[in-house]
Amino acid sequence: MSNWDILWQARDEFWTGFLNTMQIFGLSITAAFAIGCFMLFLLEGRPSTSKLTLRVFIDGMRMLPFLMLAYLLYYGLPTFGIRLDAWWAGVGALAVYHGCYFAEIFRGSRLVFPQGQVEAAQAHGFTRGKMFVRLILPQIVMQTRPLIGNQLIYALKDTAFLVIITVRELTAAANSLSGTYFIPTEAFLVVIGFYWAVSVAMEIIVKQCGRFGAKRGFDHA
Amino acid sequence: MPEATAVSIRQLSKSFDDVEVLRDVNLEVTPGEVVTILGASGSGKSTLLRCINWLEQPDRGSIHIAGQRIGLDDAGKRMGAKALARVRAQTGMVFQSFNLWPHLNVLHNVTEAPIHVMGKSKGEAQTHARELLEKVGLSDKAVAYPGTLSGGQKQRVAIARALAMQPEVMLFDEPTSALDPELVGEVLTVIKDLSAEGYTMVIVTHEMSFARAVSDQVVFLDKGIIVERADPETFFERPATERVQRFLERHG
Repeated sequence: MSNWDILWQARDEFWTGFLNTMQIFGLSITAAFAIGCFMLFLLEGRPSTSKLTLRVFIDGMRMLPFLMLAYLLYYGLPTFGIRLDAWWAGVGALAVYHGCYFAEIFRGSRLVFPQGQVEAAQAHGFTRGKMFVRLILPQIVMQTRPLIGNQLIYALKDTAFLVIITVRELTAAANSLSGTYFIPTEAFLVVIGFYWAVSVAMEIIVKQCGRFGAKRGFDHA
Repeated sequence: MPEATAVSIRQLSKSFDDVEVLRDVNLEVTPGEVVTILGASGSGKSTLLRCINWLEQPDRGSIHIAGQRIGLDDAGKRMGAKALARVRAQTGMVFQSFNLWPHLNVLHNVTEAPIHVMGKSKGEAQTHARELLEKVGLSDKAVAYPGTLSGGQKQRVAIARALAMQPEVMLFDEPTSALDPELVGEVLTVIKDLSAEGYTMVIVTHEMSFARAVSDQVVFLDKGIIVERADPETFFERPATERVQRFLERHG
């Protein structure tokens, strides 16, 4: 039996790991996106101490290796009496970490958002919340589309770290098979294939979304 | 309170840092009246207009829109955001640089505030928006995005967008200053039509012949002070001050 045959027989293990990875990724990136949008809203308006604190938090997260955050949530929190299971610790870590990246991406775009449009909204009776949701955020998202696509790929790859806090995801499946049968090359090539396939699919989708912005003059590609 | 006035400005003063841009400005605009504000660059005319809907906050004085005070409540305290938004919604503002929302098509630019600020139904807002687009000559551009329009078309959309609020007063901040010369006419024609229909308007402009044709009252600002106010005939034919005479010679 060749190494590939062994992997084929263990295909259920890969598939389960893959589905788990996709669930973790889907849930955490959706939450991260929402967190990023919400943080951007909190940063609206004049500078204040609470806004400065939020900026420090965002920067602190961005400057932290993701693995440290996962460790902290899984191994560190029990010290304070909070015990998350590995799966939720992983989702939570990814959501907060990438949420901060999203916030920073959006913030960069918000800095160059035309003030005249904000004044037009104020003059037409918009309050802060409605103006943000209806007029500012949609444009920020269209403007930052390529960076969002990039962040999706980062977040997908970061799910692989969760093997270290015992989450049974795709990399964990490869790890366990390579350990059991000692076929690391083939096992890891398979999971690389999975990560690439998902990344390529996301890139295509994000690129297609560009048409939406192009019609409105946000993209020239 | 002055119920009969569309806009009532009393003792308005405003400084940016150490520079006083408006000093004790008084101005009454009656319903249906068209007031143009003239003056050299830096005379404070845009600041005055932007104070009317509180895009700039005056340091002293009061402004009432259709009898309602804007910015501060009657006790002189700052209005809450919602109350301020409600008074602002009674003014329609047209900017020099159009400031359309580029992610929305023309129709949605016009219906955005009526639906999401005034709470109109989508159907009602769209019917009204189509009438307004017809009025500004852009019925065929309803589904176009702002990025595909000329400057003159953008400004006409901006006018329709402001009219859709059914405002007590329309405020125009140099509406043709960002336009190519050959596009100025189409925008001025629309504004003239509005004055003929009886809209109340306050217009900051550098277009002298337009100001003369459209105004009921001309106000001349110099260094933040109203130095002359008159009907257009008197203002342009027999200016009372040397300052205005010199201004008119340069812009004749």
